[in-house]
Amino acid sequence: MTTPDGASDVKIHVQDLAVAYSDGTESLQGITMDIYAHQINVLFGPSGGGKSTMLRTLNRLNDQADVAAQSGQILLDGENILARDYDVTQLRRRLGIVFARPVPLPMSIYENVIYGLRLAGVKDPATLDAAVERALKQAVLWDEIADRLGDNAYALSGGQQQRLCLARSLALQPEVIMLDEPTSGLDPISTFKVERTLQDLKQDYTILIVPHSVQQAARIADWAAFFLQGQLIEWGPGRQVFTAPKNKRTEEYITGRFG
Amino acid sequence: MTEDQPSSSGIGAAQGVATSSRGARAPSGSLAERLIGRAIQVTGISTVVMVVLIFAFLIREGLPAFVRVPLSSLLSARWYPIEGYFGLLPLIAGSLIVTVGAALIALPLGVATAIFIAEIIPDWARDILKPVVEVLAGIPSVVIGFIGMLVIVPAFRVALDIPTGLTAFTGIVLLAWMALPTVVSVVEDVLDTVPKTYREAGLALGMSRWQTIAKIVVPAGKSGILTALMLGVGRAIGETMTVMMVTGNAPRLPSSPFDIFQPARTMTATIAAEMGEVAQGSTHYHVLFAVGLTLFVITFAINMAAAMVVFRRTKRAERMLS
Repeated sequence: MTTPDGASDVKIHVQDLAVAYSDGTESLQGITMDIYAHQINVLFGPSGGGKSTMLRTLNRLNDQADVAAQSGQILLDGENILARDYDVTQLRRRLGIVFARPVPLPMSIYENVIYGLRLAGVKDPATLDAAVERALKQAVLWDEIADRLGDNAYALSGGQQQRLCLARSLALQPEVIMLDEPTSGLDPISTFKVERTLQDLKQDYTILIVPHSVQQAARIADWAAFFLQGQLIEWGPGRQVFTAPKNKRTEEYITGRFG
Repeated sequence: MTEDQPSSSGIGAAQGVATSSRGARAPSGSLAERLIGRAIQVTGISTVVMVVLIFAFLIREGLPAFVRVPLSSLLSARWYPIEGYFGLLPLIAGSLIVTVGAALIALPLGVATAIFIAEIIPDWARDILKPVVEVLAGIPSVVIGFIGMLVIVPAFRVALDIPTGLTAFTGIVLLAWMALPTVVSVVEDVLDTVPKTYREAGLALGMSRWQTIAKIVVPAGKSGILTALMLGVGRAIGETMTVMMVTGNAPRLPSSPFDIFQPARTMTATIAAEMGEVAQGSTHYHVLFAVGLTLFVITFAINMAAAMVVFRRTKRAERMLS
């Protein structure tokens, strides 16, 4: 395991990113930070801080929203993904996302997992079978549902659905996995399973997560970034941010003075 | 049969009323509270009772037809009531052809229009189009029939080079036009309730906007689209005025698919045209009620099917919540 001490590679570099929505709210201002490969990068802070906007800007889902103005650069492996002619479909396959509420598609478990692959044009049944097994194992779901892959995805419990959505992203073998409060609707046992899964996944993937609590952020962060009202207040190795924060507001938030 | 007829034929309000009045009684509130509860209960029950009465009346007046006229005659292809031929087949065929034809046109067009309004155009255009479509749904059928007689019928006669423009096909087109706003409106509502997260999940997997619509949004709204179809069909099969004005009203059993370009007569038009001139209590009178009964059974079956689809959807929704 790499230590979060700057030895790891930068996967995504964000430079002076600002995003404003058309209703006048400025959602992100002057964000400059790095997201490290094979690390768990955590974005935390009170709601309305711009964490989700950050994730959705990274895979250009925000193109769908009422974005009035956007400036700055996001470099994925050195390439600016905010460029107008950048291939968004390809980008979204490289940056998988899992939402707060699991969104199984209205079809069987098996079809859910291979959905992205089918879209990408993969047809060979053996390849698909292998991908399903690999993705479900990575999402620590395989043992629970291996014998009922044909069932409707809605028959799963909430925690299983969330891991199914994770598996669906993993099946595409993205480079970065982004998770937006993936455990907010889950019980502690499922939450524990997801968190443990992330620790395994970071060997192969870059992980960018918005946790649903400060405690969770402190538990899993290799790198932590504190967002407050659209600004990046502090950013650094998780251990330092959560034990010796440099900024007073970070400390106040972590110790529960506000939030 | 008679008992569960009204409750499942779409008066879900009555069931809702029953539960809510029970709920209101539980805390046994003030007098006004109880009076209101009781009033709502009476309204609900009387609606159910009225439907039961209508059904009972239809049976009472319609059943004698099956006694007076042999079944072989009712199932024959000739409808000449004055001469004692009461073959229902041409009327049933007329209704089915016109209805199915209208549904075949209205459903794809309606779903496509709904997708266009719900998914493609910007919000401001949608805010204009949606109310316009809903206003279209309110055009009285006699007005549509009037436009049909004056514009469509002569146009079809010339364009298709047929002896008369009063054909089953004319009825199909006008009924489709009538059903279209209903279908569009209902399907648009359904697509609107498909969670935004579904679309984002699709986009996040690298789907194009069109793939997201075709493979996620529409399948997710499938049961709602079926309901829209049922509503459209229900409206079309019960429609009287428009079809009476434009289909030519010749009760003949079609023998080839091209017969849709011939005049046809529906069950509804038959009842409307002949009921006024018939002697009460005569065989003809009872047969007309038998036609009404047949129509009732058909629409009931359609409503029933729609209700079952909706029921299945709520059950799935409940599962999703758990």
